[in-house]
Amino acid sequence: MDLTYTLRNVAFGAAILGIVGGVLGSFTVLRKQSLLGDALAHAALPGVCLAFLLTGTKSPFALLGGAMLAGAVGSLVILVIVRWSRVKEDSAIGIVLSVFFGAGIVLLTYIQRLPLGNQSGLDRFLFGQAATLMPRDIAVMATLGTMAMIAVLLFYKEFKILCFDRDYGESLGFSMRAVEIFLTMLLVVVVVVGLQTVGVVLMVATLITPAAAARQWTDRLGIMLLIAATIGGSSGAIGALLSASVDRLPTGPTIVILSSTILVISLLASPKRGLFKTFHDHRLMTRRIRRENLLKDLYRIGEAEQNWKKSVAWPLLMGMRGQSGKEVEQSSQRLEKAGLVETGADSLRLTDRGFIEAEEVVRKHRLWEVYLTRQLELPSDHVHRDAEAMEHALDKETVAEIAEMLGHPQIDPHGRRIPPAREEK
Amino acid sequence: MSPTLVILLVGCLVASHCAIVGTFLVLRKMALLGDAISHAVLPGIAIAFLLGGGRAPWAVVLGAGAFGVLTVFLVELFVRTRRLKEDASIGVVFPALFAVGVVLISRYAYSVDIDTECVLYGEIAYSPWDSLLLFGRDWGPKALWINGGVLALNLLLVAFFFKELKLSSFDPRLSAALGFSPVLIQYLLMSAVSITVVGAFESVGAILVVAMLVVPPATAYLLSDRLGTMLILGVLFGCLSAVAGYGLSRAIDCSIAGAMACSAGLFFALALLFSPRYGIVAQSVKQRRKVRLIYASLGKPGPTVAPDKKAGR
Repeated sequence: MDLTYTLRNVAFGAAILGIVGGVLGSFTVLRKQSLLGDALAHAALPGVCLAFLLTGTKSPFALLGGAMLAGAVGSLVILVIVRWSRVKEDSAIGIVLSVFFGAGIVLLTYIQRLPLGNQSGLDRFLFGQAATLMPRDIAVMATLGTMAMIAVLLFYKEFKILCFDRDYGESLGFSMRAVEIFLTMLLVVVVVVGLQTVGVVLMVATLITPAAAARQWTDRLGIMLLIAATIGGSSGAIGALLSASVDRLPTGPTIVILSSTILVISLLASPKRGLFKTFHDHRLMTRRIRRENLLKDLYRIGEAEQNWKKSVAWPLLMGMRGQSGKEVEQSSQRLEKAGLVETGADSLRLTDRGFIEAEEVVRKHRLWEVYLTRQLELPSDHVHRDAEAMEHALDKETVAEIAEMLGHPQIDPHGRRIPPAREEK
Repeated sequence: MSPTLVILLVGCLVASHCAIVGTFLVLRKMALLGDAISHAVLPGIAIAFLLGGGRAPWAVVLGAGAFGVLTVFLVELFVRTRRLKEDASIGVVFPALFAVGVVLISRYAYSVDIDTECVLYGEIAYSPWDSLLLFGRDWGPKALWINGGVLALNLLLVAFFFKELKLSSFDPRLSAALGFSPVLIQYLLMSAVSITVVGAFESVGAILVVAMLVVPPATAYLLSDRLGTMLILGVLFGCLSAVAGYGLSRAIDCSIAGAMACSAGLFFALALLFSPRYGIVAQSVKQRRKVRLIYASLGKPGPTVAPDKKAGR
């Protein structure tokens, strides 16, 4: 009973932290201030020590209050350094991080040698010990977390403007500096709440990793916040449960490893921006370009003798672009499946439908050449390479528009005939 | 050698080699990479401990060095594929590796004499007096050797590639156009940072390494406009911080590394306020004079305070 009760507490606390951290972390990721959380986590330490020195207690209110104060001071120092000197933000973050933490270590070692007797346990703020979370810690976390979430709901619009178009917000009459400071203070609250659970070093991952993973799945802020909260909350809860059921598996690192795994999966497999998807798209594109080039080559070989359906030998096709036999074979197989070419023993020829397709590619190519020479006034010997790329990228509507604009030219800059559009025939 | 002298020497060596590479990190806006590397090497250390079955110093340095380079590689990978911005990339890579390191240690190396506090914070999370003895007797000379070696490496790097480093830090495009590959220089510098961090944090703890990499060069950045001067000032402020920090730690009986980081911060604060050209005081005096001049040219009496506080930039 007791064990499950503690366990439930810890899992609940870790989930709260994951949700709140994911949401606020999303804003810092979007504002390119990911490492601010790292600095704030480190900057909290001297506050914890000072609060203990001044009050002599380890009540969460005193210690968290001190931590928040120190975090707030640290974040303001970063703002001041960036605003008032030539030192850049990354250095400012590094300075606050290391100097505040150094001061914290000085205070901590000073306290450890005081004859007080009750100072042990302060360093759980350093490394985080989720297992020592008490119900009253959870209550504090839940209260502060809820307040932070309400604040995000109330100021959603302002935070959004801050992330994406600060100047616009300024012109609307918002004081963006005030919004920035308010958002940073919320971040301080979350960081301080999280310290006891995951520790100084891993705090930044609680903020950044779920947000970075969420970013891969959507381009909308609201949805990103929801996904980040889900990822953060579930890795928090599952991580806490996992670490409780496996021997010698510390909670904070387990949570971070879980969310990092989700991040890696998101980076690879997200249907929008995933690397797999990008790689796949790239391959499809390369293949399409090869097929279109093959059609065009067949067309141009036929053009020389005005015999479009002429059979063309493999080696000739390979030679036109220096392709390997395998590449040409691969493209021609796909074209044959689509009914665009017919393959003989060692040759290829266009079908009727293939001829129409080939004409379309050639038309795009030559129209683009005309466009470049006329509109951009490029010399005619400079336009071929650009057209080689654009013939695969232009869509029907754009082609029609270009033709319209150029007055339906018949001849390209090299004196070759531009195949007319099919509808016009 | 007396323990005091060894500590001061190690402090100055660390301060010097950190300031040399730190200068370039600060100029290239990559100050936080040192922080990331110093944490991300933990799994390397853990693996070296597990394979080496104990404290084999060279295995540890090798393992840590490998993970330092891995960190840089991963950070660059995410940035290059444009899936994450540089800050987020650093922010996700090093906690993940650190977490793996902590799990490795607590699962498999719990019997070995190693824990995260000892590795990361040098003598700090332990009783400082123990490690003072450790420095003086057993580790002192070793730390001197390691950090002396790192200093020599960094000096060689700067001596041989000064022009390339300078050019690629200030104008990467020109550098590329002239045929120095910025990527190559970047990796060279990052390897040097890895070696520096690994060499130093074994003897003084991660937090002092981060402080020495960033704070003295940033202080020097406020005081000079020339790369050479900045390097020398960085080393100077680093050594000053080390000595002053040691004095502070003796005076109030606290962590040496923490006190050194604090004094580095103090020097930075002084430079931030009073640097003759870029200090806040000098800037606001200049600003005020400008405002007064403008009013004078308009033939009006100047205001006693600057009319717009935002003009301080």
